[in-house]
Amino acid sequence: MKKIILALSSVAVIASMQSCKMKSAESAVQGDAASKVYVAPGKYDEFYNFVSGGFSGQVTVYGLPSGRLLKVIPVFSLFPENGYGFNEETKPMLNTSNGAVPWDDQHHLMLSQTNGEQDGRWIFANANNTPRVARIDLTTFKTMEILQLPNSAGNHSSPFLTENTEYVVAGTRFSVPLGEEDVPISSFKQNFRSTASFISVDKTTGHMSIAFQIMLPGMNLDLSRAGKGASHGWFFFSCYNTEQAYTLLEVNASQKDKDFIVAVNWKKAEEYAKAGKGRKVAAEYAHNVYDEDKQTATSTMEKEVLVLDPKDCPDMVYMIPCPKSPHGCDVSPTGEYIVGSGKLAALIPVFSFAKITKAIADKQFEGDFYGIPVIKYEAALHGEVKKPGLGPLHTEFDDHGNAYTSMFLSSEVVKWRLSDLQVVDRVPTYYSVGHLMVPGGDTKKPWGKYLVAYDKITKDRYLPTGPELCQSAQLYDISGDKMQLILDFPTIGEPHYAQACPASLIKDKQVKFFDINKNHHQFVAMGEKKTNVVRTGNRVDVWMTAIRSHLTPDNIEGVYVGDEVYFHVTNLEQDWDIPHGFAIKNNPGAELLIMPGETVTLKYVPTHPGIYPFYCTDFCSALHQEMSGYLRVSPKGSNVPIKFGTGVVADTTAKK
Amino acid sequence: MTLKHLLPAAIIACVFFYSCGSNPQPPAENQNSTLKEPGDKSGAAVATDDSKGKGKFTDVTLTHPLDQKMVTSAKAIYDVKCGACHKLTDEKLVGPGWKGVTDRRKPEWIMNFVVNTDEMIDKDPAAQALLEKCMVRMPNQHLSDEDARNMLEFMRNNDGKN
Repeated sequence: MKKIILALSSVAVIASMQSCKMKSAESAVQGDAASKVYVAPGKYDEFYNFVSGGFSGQVTVYGLPSGRLLKVIPVFSLFPENGYGFNEETKPMLNTSNGAVPWDDQHHLMLSQTNGEQDGRWIFANANNTPRVARIDLTTFKTMEILQLPNSAGNHSSPFLTENTEYVVAGTRFSVPLGEEDVPISSFKQNFRSTASFISVDKTTGHMSIAFQIMLPGMNLDLSRAGKGASHGWFFFSCYNTEQAYTLLEVNASQKDKDFIVAVNWKKAEEYAKAGKGRKVAAEYAHNVYDEDKQTATSTMEKEVLVLDPKDCPDMVYMIPCPKSPHGCDVSPTGEYIVGSGKLAALIPVFSFAKITKAIADKQFEGDFYGIPVIKYEAALHGEVKKPGLGPLHTEFDDHGNAYTSMFLSSEVVKWRLSDLQVVDRVPTYYSVGHLMVPGGDTKKPWGKYLVAYDKITKDRYLPTGPELCQSAQLYDISGDKMQLILDFPTIGEPHYAQACPASLIKDKQVKFFDINKNHHQFVAMGEKKTNVVRTGNRVDVWMTAIRSHLTPDNIEGVYVGDEVYFHVTNLEQDWDIPHGFAIKNNPGAELLIMPGETVTLKYVPTHPGIYPFYCTDFCSALHQEMSGYLRVSPKGSNVPIKFGTGVVADTTAKK
Repeated sequence: MTLKHLLPAAIIACVFFYSCGSNPQPPAENQNSTLKEPGDKSGAAVATDDSKGKGKFTDVTLTHPLDQKMVTSAKAIYDVKCGACHKLTDEKLVGPGWKGVTDRRKPEWIMNFVVNTDEMIDKDPAAQALLEKCMVRMPNQHLSDEDARNMLEFMRNNDGKN
């Protein structure tokens, strides 16, 4: 975000003049705000709000309207709270063609859709730094799949999806040479390309695979949205740096008055791919899938990808000029209007899909950009929202024909009508709003009622916590003519795009525990009788069970320094909200958290002889403190046999 | 018995955690404490109890001789879901040993406890008395009605019934 701040510094002077218009926080909040956000103890919120975690790499879940944090879902970063990425089962999830990446930058989210409406099955998330897309299951709130993207960098215009979740897209904010070519940076124009990847999603399993990548000239694809309704079959990407700068972008990529909205006819692209117009290109990228049945993830290296070049595929891609360095590229609920938010523009252009279609039919082009036809600006334009504010970034829609645009520089949300493009209301944000979210506001069926602004700067909004402050969300009631600020709540990491859906869409299909009889983990212990300790060379596998309130076995001997010990712990409980934990002293790896009916594995390589206590780390019952045991680690080469058990007390006291 | 020595400590732990209110199963255990009836119930846990407990099973018909298929099926469930806490002798492990349970309890009480665990622990005096003795809420292991009936047959078999 700092880059944007810098990029906009030229306009900042004007912004500071605007800021004197802002109301104080006190005057912005009215008397009945508290009752609108109060959710009584034991009562549920009305909406699930999924919020991207930015540089935390995770996804967070809040309840609306209370703003209560319900869960952090680990996706692209290690997560000490539940062992994601630490235990043997989930380590493969973070694997890439360059090995394990422990921490990424998670920007955008999108709930799966059917007929342009949220269907509550999955939520998709992007990793911006090491380009990947993840799929999270909404019955378990677990990351089920992560697909890496080759020929990509800065995976920013992602993971937006089509109205039946046919495709999830991934567009490159940073152009790079395809493959691993070694070229001078100054050869940007010749060698650098941006790509728009179309990832197909299996209707039943949700499994992802890259159907094709559309190769575009070197420039920065920023954000995107699929067409819907009237414009279903098209995808729209905003782009900047059509100057093709490769250094000091804040100046050199801000030269032109207009950049483009890239309009992709993906149905046409699909046909070309089928007709063999693409070219298979060698590319190495990881595809990581978590198998619920085996409770284990596997990582597979894919070897090639299909690339479509607009040169070989006429009528597949068009450019629409858009002022200036557009960021958001948002499509209205009917699919007719495409709103380009030029972050350096003093107006908001609104394009009409009907007009775009007509302009293409009538060949109303003003030229081409590397062979791609550029539609005349006026021919595609529905109209412009005049003087909306400064620094427009993102637009969401309600169910009454209104649009809401965030204004980063003037720190406000501006409400305007799609029909006549008139501004009808504006409210301040505290401070520097980035993304906006209206529940369902990017679908055919917005729920309206609330709007959340995700702010980049909080400064004086909360009790200070040293130099590093939380970022923040602000909830507005938009049910009336005037937007009303009703709540602030802090967020984890930096929130970018967010999604929200009615709680009723997913709350009743939550998995409460895993059926132990369907646990096909390779190392499951089906009951205490199946617990075991087996040595194979220097590898020791421990089949362990946990139930309130003991671990079996809880005495283990015959392990030596340097052994690779794998504790496979099966939680035998079959009740909701009874996880058990597992930790062993001095383990440099991690701990475990095991859901009821699940098996999870901790690797431990002891480095010093001694007695190592292990115990359950999640308070499970009145006898939780008793849920512990001992591992004896003997010096390498000693002659202590494998011995294990629970509840076995020796007849005589052993001395040595 | 080592477990007996743990009991005083467990009771202290329990008192502590009631008083600080950090109860992991607030609704159920709170109810348990407020619904406590006066008098010593520990006797009720060992003596013969005519209660059928709380739940859907009000009239279970026993058949003779024992159905060995049901016994076998229940054995597999016992090994995975029950054996960690219940011995087949009269020795208490985490929960009571099962020897003699079909003499102590009505068939309906046993089946209700197996499938309607939480309500039984919250409301049934005998189940509450067992909680006071064992200090661990029996987990609901999500057995089906059929599993519960099979389990009863398994217990009858364990008690030498025919």
